[in-house]
Amino acid sequence: MNAGTQFADHARRRFLKGIGLTLGASIAPGALFVELARAKPPTEAVSNTNRWGLLIDTSKCTDGCDACVRGCNDEHGLDGKGRPATDAQWIRKLSIRQRSTGHRHSLPMLCQHCDEPPCVDVCPTGASFKRADGIVLVDKHICIGCRYCMMACPYKARSFIHETLRDQLPHAPRGKGTVESCTLCVHRVDRFGGDALPACAEACAEAGHNAILFGDLNDTGSEIAERLHTQGGRQIRADLRLNTGVRYQGIP
Amino acid sequence: MLLSSLLWAGCAAAESPLVPTPKKGRGDVCVEATDVMRRNHMEFILHQRDDTVHRGIRSSKHSFVGCIDCHRVQKTDGQLARFDEPQHFCSGCHAYAAVKIDCFECHADRPAQDKSSAARRLHHPSNSIVQTTWSLAEQADDRSLPSTVRADAP
Amino acid sequence: MKHASAFAQIEARGPGYAALVSILTVVLLAGLWAAHNMESQGHHITGMNNQVVWGIPHVFAVFLIVAASGALNVASLSSVFGRTIYRPLARLSALLAIALLLGGLAVLVLDLGRPDRLIVAMTYYNLKSIFAWNIFLYTGFIVIAGVYVWFMMEQRFQPLSKPVGFLAFAWRLTLTSGTGSIFGFLVARQAYDAAVMAPMFVAMSFAFGTAVFLITLLTVSCVTTRPVDKAVLDRQSRLLSIFVVAVLYFVVMFHVTNLYAAEHRDIVRFLLFDGDHPYAKLFWIGQIALGSALPLALLWTPRLSRSSIVRFVAACLIVLGGLVQLYVIIIGGQAHPLVLFPGYEVSSPFFDGEVGQYAGTVNEYLLGIGGVGLTVLVVALSVRVLPIVPKKPPAAPTDHAVT
Repeated sequence: MNAGTQFADHARRRFLKGIGLTLGASIAPGALFVELARAKPPTEAVSNTNRWGLLIDTSKCTDGCDACVRGCNDEHGLDGKGRPATDAQWIRKLSIRQRSTGHRHSLPMLCQHCDEPPCVDVCPTGASFKRADGIVLVDKHICIGCRYCMMACPYKARSFIHETLRDQLPHAPRGKGTVESCTLCVHRVDRFGGDALPACAEACAEAGHNAILFGDLNDTGSEIAERLHTQGGRQIRADLRLNTGVRYQGIP
Repeated sequence: MLLSSLLWAGCAAAESPLVPTPKKGRGDVCVEATDVMRRNHMEFILHQRDDTVHRGIRSSKHSFVGCIDCHRVQKTDGQLARFDEPQHFCSGCHAYAAVKIDCFECHADRPAQDKSSAARRLHHPSNSIVQTTWSLAEQADDRSLPSTVRADAP
Repeated sequence: MKHASAFAQIEARGPGYAALVSILTVVLLAGLWAAHNMESQGHHITGMNNQVVWGIPHVFAVFLIVAASGALNVASLSSVFGRTIYRPLARLSALLAIALLLGGLAVLVLDLGRPDRLIVAMTYYNLKSIFAWNIFLYTGFIVIAGVYVWFMMEQRFQPLSKPVGFLAFAWRLTLTSGTGSIFGFLVARQAYDAAVMAPMFVAMSFAFGTAVFLITLLTVSCVTTRPVDKAVLDRQSRLLSIFVVAVLYFVVMFHVTNLYAAEHRDIVRFLLFDGDHPYAKLFWIGQIALGSALPLALLWTPRLSRSSIVRFVAACLIVLGGLVQLYVIIIGGQAHPLVLFPGYEVSSPFFDGEVGQYAGTVNEYLLGIGGVGLTVLVVALSVRVLPIVPKKPPAAPTDHAVT
């Protein structure tokens, strides 16, 4: 082996290494991307890699439509007892009218899945908690029914169950004396991840409006993140700095 | 005299109608061995509930909905037993042992009745996959999985 | 240093005492029955709903808890501030504090949606929650006040009663601030979310606690053969009037500050000036006129204020005014709709934008009054069983600071 061949070998090795590194560097982010986009298997714990949220385009909402409400009620077995003051409501339609201009608008209101939830702060037992993936839930096993979270919620998102229930749906356990609110259809999210469709979004899509978009706010490639990035969105009661997971568009 | 009456009482207790004899669940075996389950079923339930609620882990092995599905009891009138009835799998032993449980204040005490309703289906939005909340017992029961019709019927 | 023989159990063998205990037991059982109704049928039988989630039981519970911390005043004055004139009454003061707190806690726990999960509340703690801290503070207060009474009763521990008295005093201020902060820490509602809630509740505790203590003293001196030292009654009445003024000060500051800010004017209008709802009437007639102005007039008129009956009436009016004040704060504060869109009218099937409707039901009143019954029963039984009430007033009242 002469010096020329050695040098050529060396150069070839460097070249191949460079190619390898370049290829690796270009593929690696993609591999990471695939990691994010893949739905977590149901047997794996949730993590803060994901932050689930909703984007609601209220310009597509009409005053008389309550498809999202009916979808949620069907999905979770929220049959009213004929007592509106005490019946549970996880999502509801608000009709708002601007006093100064008379302008009217309509939008759905539900648990905002805040990043700094007041309901989580005040719960004495920790039953009201924020999961690693951003969904705010009530652990009804340790809820004592004190209703302090209902006092604390700025959005009146929580309902208390005022009577004995029977025939609950297997995927939506709920019972007397505990507090509940929108779960972002966590029973679907845990199984299907970013492909999940909460019942409200599904019902809205079936009604042809497509006003509610579910997705991973942490995934820059997701539709929700892209739309928020290009079109913007606002929080309700943004002044409280709760960093909600539910964002709205189209509210005047 | 006293001894013999005591012995007699002991024998009678074994066949006493008071001692519960829970019906076998569906399928060949439970997810855990019988003696393990007898002693520790509450541990599995307590552990799984935290895993599911706080960590989003939906284990089909220890799924509570799975327990309820396999251990459903059909009464003579064709209806599935509910927790406040003596034929219910859980209440049979729990009433005998006087151990009060509050699971069924929130959880469904029997599988959902309507097969085609949204209640029983967690469908994938692409409509290509339909997954029920438990798969083993369901598949043992139905020859074909429920159709992919979306659940906005009645 | 007083010898234990200066105190003795109340001799109560007559039919009057038996009747009292029987009536209180009935009241207590009625409260338990009401709680059972609420737990077995669910809260839909009460007036509380998804808009107004806390009602009459909480008004009573918070009153009892706030009064409990104030009832310890007399004991604190003797142990912490060296006012030896109050020494003979320190045991009764601490006992009353314990009894009031027990009554308040009983009502609070029995109103829970899942009172069977009390053990969960005592084993799972979210330490960011002021409610969780209050669980420590309330139970700790009972223990500390209990130890305080014990040390006062047992001669060999009496020197230790002073440091325990200090601890009890600091603890009760923390407890009352914690109770006020239950509301003060809530960002969501215009009627709360104010740092002034904690000190306002401390002032309320002084007023309500002293009023309840005065009622207890006057009752004890009237029905037993143990007249209370007149100098103590004079001072407590005078202090009571000062405490009522202190409460008024905080109420004025709270509402004036809210009135100043355009953002918060709504809640003041609603609570104080809205004739369509009961809160304005309750505030002006119940809290201000009957609960503050009239008692002050009674306590400041020299001819009247010396009479025990007048003092008793004034104290009762202050208690009534306190209950009304808590009703306005707790229920009025919740009834006012949440403001999600300033400048908009909001409506929905979930009562958004509407004033929350609430009317207390029988079960709720029975539960609240049951708590009061528990308090009085504990006091009545304790003075009979333990040497709490002094036998006779000291010969000459002294007031120099002696430990």
